[in-house]
Amino acid sequence: MDHSPPPFFKRGPAPLARLFFFASLSLALLVIDARFRYVEGLRSWLALAAYPLQRAATAPIELGERVSGYFASQAWLIEDNERLRAQALAYAQDAQRYRFAQAEADQLRRLIGAAERLAVRAVPAEIIYTGRDPYSHRIFIGRGAIHDVHAGSPVADYAGVIGQVTRVHPLLSEVTLITNPDQAVPVEVVRNGLRAVAFGGGASGMLELRYMPANADVQNGDRLITSGIDGTYPAGLPVGEVVRIERDADQSFARVIAAPAAGIDRGRYVLVVSRETALPERPAEAQPGKERRAERSRRARKDADDSR
Amino acid sequence: MILGRDQTILLPVRASTIVASFALALFLNFLPWQDLRVVPDFVALVLAFWCVRQPRLVGLGVAWMLGLLSDAGNGVLLGQHALSYSLLAFLAIWMSRRILWFGVGLQALHVAVLLLVAQAVALLVRMAAGDAFPGWTVVVGPLLGAALWPAATWLLLLPQRRAEREAAI
Repeated sequence: MDHSPPPFFKRGPAPLARLFFFASLSLALLVIDARFRYVEGLRSWLALAAYPLQRAATAPIELGERVSGYFASQAWLIEDNERLRAQALAYAQDAQRYRFAQAEADQLRRLIGAAERLAVRAVPAEIIYTGRDPYSHRIFIGRGAIHDVHAGSPVADYAGVIGQVTRVHPLLSEVTLITNPDQAVPVEVVRNGLRAVAFGGGASGMLELRYMPANADVQNGDRLITSGIDGTYPAGLPVGEVVRIERDADQSFARVIAAPAAGIDRGRYVLVVSRETALPERPAEAQPGKERRAERSRRARKDADDSR
Repeated sequence: MILGRDQTILLPVRASTIVASFALALFLNFLPWQDLRVVPDFVALVLAFWCVRQPRLVGLGVAWMLGLLSDAGNGVLLGQHALSYSLLAFLAIWMSRRILWFGVGLQALHVAVLLLVAQAVALLVRMAAGDAFPGWTVVVGPLLGAALWPAATWLLLLPQRRAEREAAI
């Protein structure tokens, strides 16, 4: 900066100092956000400020869809109606059978004393926006804190689980997809009830069952559903299907790859599922040192009593 | 303000023009694009433009706030775009006199370098946070952004020019 203005025209600190200031501020924010998550409030406010622009950006596409839907031909509608009516008939039969099976299952469950599963509450939501960063595996849905969405709720479409709400802003929420490498879903193999944890496979769009023993009873085509034992996901939502298993003699774990059941990158409408029934409180982990000592002294006292 | 090759005298810029251009750029960034890697970062482009043209009005503070808005809107780590936009603004202000000396084509080459540096910083932050390298298609966005520089120049200077023409008539 050899052509800086004379001192009496000076405005504020030198540009380099300013760059240093803002860069360190950014780095501090990065570290705080990545490690401690102290800035969620600030993020919510900023997201609220960006919301009108996001909404406006997706509005033309919505309008286009609506207009093209309006001009759908009459013939197509009639044909579709007939097809739907036939389908509804088939479904009605299924529904009757389902109700019967449900009643039967309820009775059986009551018989074996298992806790009755209550209905889950579901909030329908529209995907309004996918993040600009293609590797973050996140989407934004148009339901937020004022629609009673809570962080941690699972999100599903008609075919299965697509992810979990990780951040809730006032008007929209951020959903981490199950293909995100940091996202884990507790699953169970439908065929034999084997429990496992499915992690996201990242850019491949697949899921990976990690920490499965090499001799685990998993086959290609096995369907995976949520096991529900984590207290977050309701049990029985479809998650995926096993497509590839690699068993390697020199590794103790098998590599199991599954394809997600839901359209992770398709569709516009999803359900935010939240479980009304909470599992009983998880028991506190025993304090290794103190507890054992207390136990031992208690036992010693008891022994002394017995000998007396 | 130092004039480049084009010796037209421009009207002073209005703050509302700058604000509107930034809103438009954010809007363009938020559009649901198919493949985001090859879409230019419009905010970075407009920011570079105003930093080059009006270094007194648009500086690091504005860049930083825009970066935070982009971060929150995209759901990435808070501070990633803020850092890269701050650096971009600094470089653009630092090189503004040099850049304005050239014609539009050579200006675009300079801007390509600026946008690539900003993209590289954002990429480094993302990789430091644990993401994989997304492939070399990421350089397409900044290069396309630089290719849009002449159009951006024409469009963003339009309010100042049109007023001038009307006044002449």
